[in-house]
Order: sequence, then structure tokens, then C-alpha cells
Amino acid sequence: MSSPDEDPPTEPERWRDLDMLLSRPGNLVHADFNPSPGLRDSLGSLVEVLVVGAGGLGCELLKDLALSGFKNIHVIDMDTIDVSNLNRQFLFRVQDVGKSKAEVAAKRVMERVSGVNIVPHFCRIEDKEIEFYSQFSIIVLGLDSIEARSYINSVACGFLEYDSDDKPIPETLKPMVDGGTEGFKGHARVIIPGTTPCFECNIWLFPPQVKFPLCTLAETPRTAAHCIEYAHLIKWNEALKRAELFGISGVTYSFTQGVVKNIIPAIASTNAIVSAACALEALKLISGCSKTVSNYLTYNGLDGTHINVSEFARERDCLVCGPGTLIELGTSTTLSEFIKMLEEHPKLLMSRASVTHEGDNLYMQAPEVLEQMTRPNLGVPMFELLKGAARTTVHVTGMAENNGKKVSSLRKLRVTFKGVEESSKMDESS
Amino acid sequence: MVQLQTPCVLCLPKYYRNINESSVDGQMKHTIVMALRKMLNLIKIKDKKKEQAASAAGKAPVKKQSAGELRLHKDISELNLPKSTSISFPNGKDDLMNFEIIVRPDEGYYLGGTFVFTFQVSPSYPHEPPKVKCKTKVYHPNIDLEGNVCLNILREDWKPVLNINTVIYGLNLLFTQPNDEDPLNHEAAAVLRDNPKLFEANVKRAMAGGYVGQHYFPRCA
Repeated sequence: MSSPDEDPPTEPERWRDLDMLLSRPGNLVHADFNPSPGLRDSLGSLVEVLVVGAGGLGCELLKDLALSGFKNIHVIDMDTIDVSNLNRQFLFRVQDVGKSKAEVAAKRVMERVSGVNIVPHFCRIEDKEIEFYSQFSIIVLGLDSIEARSYINSVACGFLEYDSDDKPIPETLKPMVDGGTEGFKGHARVIIPGTTPCFECNIWLFPPQVKFPLCTLAETPRTAAHCIEYAHLIKWNEALKRAELFGISGVTYSFTQGVVKNIIPAIASTNAIVSAACALEALKLISGCSKTVSNYLTYNGLDGTHINVSEFARERDCLVCGPGTLIELGTSTTLSEFIKMLEEHPKLLMSRASVTHEGDNLYMQAPEVLEQMTRPNLGVPMFELLKGAARTTVHVTGMAENNGKKVSSLRKLRVTFKGVEESSKMDESS
Repeated sequence: MVQLQTPCVLCLPKYYRNINESSVDGQMKHTIVMALRKMLNLIKIKDKKKEQAASAAGKAPVKKQSAGELRLHKDISELNLPKSTSISFPNGKDDLMNFEIIVRPDEGYYLGGTFVFTFQVSPSYPHEPPKVKCKTKVYHPNIDLEGNVCLNILREDWKPVLNINTVIYGLNLLFTQPNDEDPLNHEAAAVLRDNPKLFEANVKRAMAGGYVGQHYFPRCA
């Protein structure tokens, strides 16, 4: 890409519009906002943004954020560029096909916007240590799957800590802005863990995937979609065998999905509109120069143009972003004593509890095989089972009282230990 | 106003305000910026410390437990298996996402047989149903020879309020009430419809290990 013909504008000139936003007061600003020309510099030097996804939304987001004064940006995407991306993923050219989306996108934006530094990560989001995500002030999502959103959401909410009054501790907040598009429709939402609903609080917003009965596909197909889905599901192994027989590589599940799945056309302008909204929300969240969307913006360009903002509510007992119930144990409290405590705890009154901690099933009431495997843990101190952590999160399942009735419940607990030095408290003393 | 009370990213705008206070001189500004940097660093140090403490205790990197896994944990811990059914966890007690259900029907055509189903549960459970396959090759109108199972709640009628127990009851129903109306193995369905006696004999032969038509069925009785 060649640089523009005219000389690059001097810095104040270049950021004239942004400076007007950041250096002048207004009626709709955040209560803590105090306008100043220096704000833009701080934004550039102190704030690190992570963009998740370098596809249709990601390309737009990187460009928008770079042009909004963010100078330290990271982008993560496991995908490589495909010919079919080129209509809308405008940072990519034909010769880039097969290369990493994150790497090419980062390079292109840095070529065009001077002073911005974009670090690409060509890998899966799950491949990064949790620690990696802690460096960012804000995470902006341009993703196309529920699973990936759910993962990032759990990571970001995982940083959130609550004080003893169940109030979120500001320094542990990791806000997210989530964008999504499907054809002519899209959304942009602001997720401030512990304050606005997290992704998991409203996961029911996503309609279930349309699925056809398997027997209809096999025996009484009635639509074109039935025939395609049949080949996709039932004859899948034959496709694999055929590829092997002829020595053809690349017959993968995801490629097949790309070929046969009912892909909704991606509309470049939908991506542009949604990304612009997301980048703007990110700027407002970080600078306070205006109030943020509260908290879910939907865009529909299918039948006229509608933009609507809905305020969704948090799920009080959300397992991912909620505070959970604080419970203090002694270092010698055993698992079975802990389970007994849950029965008497006024906020829980939970009987027959099964206990899990970060993927370790400490005790399972049922089925019998698991009960037997986990029974030896009952006599072990919790402090040992939780690997000596001063405080940690434990999830319990059991029958708990709700409005006088015992109902099956899944609860999050914040477990702390009496008299154990918290290595993480050091920041308060300095 | 509500936003004010919410912690949102309070700290950043607040620090900006301090930095940009017109009464603050250059030196002061510098100090405040440094303070902010220090704060940011401290957050990092804090996390590092946590990490170190964790690794010192010989702990693997923290595994993120998805909401789906937690929901599955609940489903499993509340399982109420019918007498005909048992469960096993080939990957041990900490992998609940992959397990096997063994059905030994106690009545009907399939009495005496042992049928193994594999369950694969995705992190987006219960938004998505578990993937269930029949590992045992079976002569059945609603299970094909690749092990695909035609059970409404596994596909078109799945709802997040359903659970693993519901699916297990559904699998049991397959054996007590094979259905010839919406078949997956239409040869078997035709026989069940037209000649139930022959169907019964075919099922017996398949379960004992033998050929039904051109297909060989390993012994499962």
C-alpha cells in the first residue's frame, strides 16, 4: 500500500476531531470526565486494547481503533485468509490468501496509520495463558461463535474480584465490547463484568440452531436443505474415505461446513456499522468522553434501518460474573465438614452438595462410580484439595432452599481461608 | 447517574482527571502518571505473584471451567439412572464431557442385549444438545449401522431445560418402543412393520452375533 500523496498532517491537525471530543466538556459525558488535550496522549500511551478476531469485524475494528487514538493494540485470530474473505475484509489482498489474518491485518493497519503498534497473535484464544489477557484495559470482540465469546467472557469475568460486601473491585475490572453480525443484522454490546450483564447472563438471547430430525433427512427429505444436511451428517465418512482413496488432503469438517453449510452472506456495510459502534463504545468506556450504550445495541438493515438499544439485566446468580457466596474456612476444615457447613449456611441451606473446583471434581453425590472415585477426598482438608490457594472459587450443586422449597441449584462460592497470608493483597499496602 | 455508582472503568477516567487538572504543574503531572503506571504494574505484579504461588504449589495452569461444564456437573451429580442403565467415564472423574452410557434393556425385543452409547458434550451445552452415538452395531429401525441415533430430543426438539437424564430415558425408550414410522434403518423398519415375528428373530440373531441380510452384527448379548 502506498502512502497518501499529500504530506502526513501534523499531529494536532490529524487528531483534530478526536481532540474536540476529548478536550471539550459536554452534557453527555461520564461524570468523571474532565476534558483536556492531554487525554489523547494518555489514551495512546497507557491503554492496551485486545481485538479478538481479525475477520470481517476485526479488520474494521483495528482500523477504527487505530484512527480513534488507541496506539497499543493486540489482535488474536487463529484463521488464515481465504479468497471468500476478500469482499469485505478490506485489509487483505489476493496475494495474502493462506496467510495469517492477524499478522496481515496488523501489518496493513500499521502501514497506514503511523504511530500505532499492533501485535498479532496467530493462535487459538484458548492457547494463550490466562495471564496474557490480564494486560489489557479493554477487550473488543469481533467473533462469529458462541463458544469463543463464552470463553473470552469467562476469562474476562475471571479477573473480577469482589470485596467482602460483594462489590466489584474496580482495579480487577476488564470491560468488553462485543460485536456480531449476521447478514443485514448486527449487535454491539458493552459488558462491564459485575455491572452490566455478562455474555452468560443473557445466553438465552441466542436462538437455537435449526435442526432437522435425522430420520427426515434419511428417509423423507422434503427440502434442498434436508438433502445437503444429509450428505453433511450421514455421508461424512464416505467423503473422508474418498479423499483418502484419491490422496486428497483438506477434507476437514470446517472446510465442509464452509462448502455446504447455509452460510448467511456477510455484508460489508453491516460489519462497518457494527464495528464503528464497538470502537466508539471502547473509546467512550476508556476516556469517559461520553456515556456508553446501556447496554445492548441492535442494528437491523433488512427492512428499512432500525437501531435500537435495550437494557438487559444481570443474572443475579450468574455463575460467571456474579459474586457468589463468600465462605470462610479454616485450613483444617475437611471436605465433608465443608459439605456440612453448606447445609447450615443461611444463604445456601444446601443439602447433598457435589463440589467442583477448576475442573477437579472433588466430590460427586452421584452417579455411584463417581461417588466411589471421589469419596476418599471427604476426609481431606479443603485447603489441600484447593492446592493451598488463599482464596478461590468453588462451584457446588445440590438441593437448596428457594422460597421455602428445596430445588436443585448450582452455586458459586468464594472460598477464603482464615489466617492464610494473601499474596495478592500486597497492592493495598503500597 | 447510575453509571456513576457502578465501578465501570472508574479508575481510568478519574486518573485522567487528575492528570489533566489545570492547577497541576508539570512535575505533579509526571508523578501522577507514574502513579498510574505503578498501579498498572502492580496489577501485573499481583497476577504474576498469583501465578508463581500457583506453580509453586505444583499446580497446572488454571483451567477455565465453562458454564456448560458446570451445568453438566450439575446434570451428572443429579443423575437418577434407570435400573437398566449404567454410566462410565473412560477419561476418569475429571472429564465429564465424554462418557459412555450402557443400556441393558429389561423388556421388549432387545432384552438381554448390551448397548453402549458415547456422549460428547460441547462447552456450549446446554445451548447445544450432547452428541450421542451408538457404539454397538445394532439392528434397529431408529439407529443406523454407523451408530447415528434418531431421537427427537437429540436434534430438533432439544431444549436447554432438558438434561442428560432426559436423554438417557430417551435412549431406553428406543429399545422398548422401536418406531417403524420414521426410520433410519428402513430395512429393519419395514420388517418391524410387516412381520414383527421376523423382526424379533432378526434382532435375536443380530444380538447373538450373526448376519441379518448382508450385514454382520457382532455379539452383544
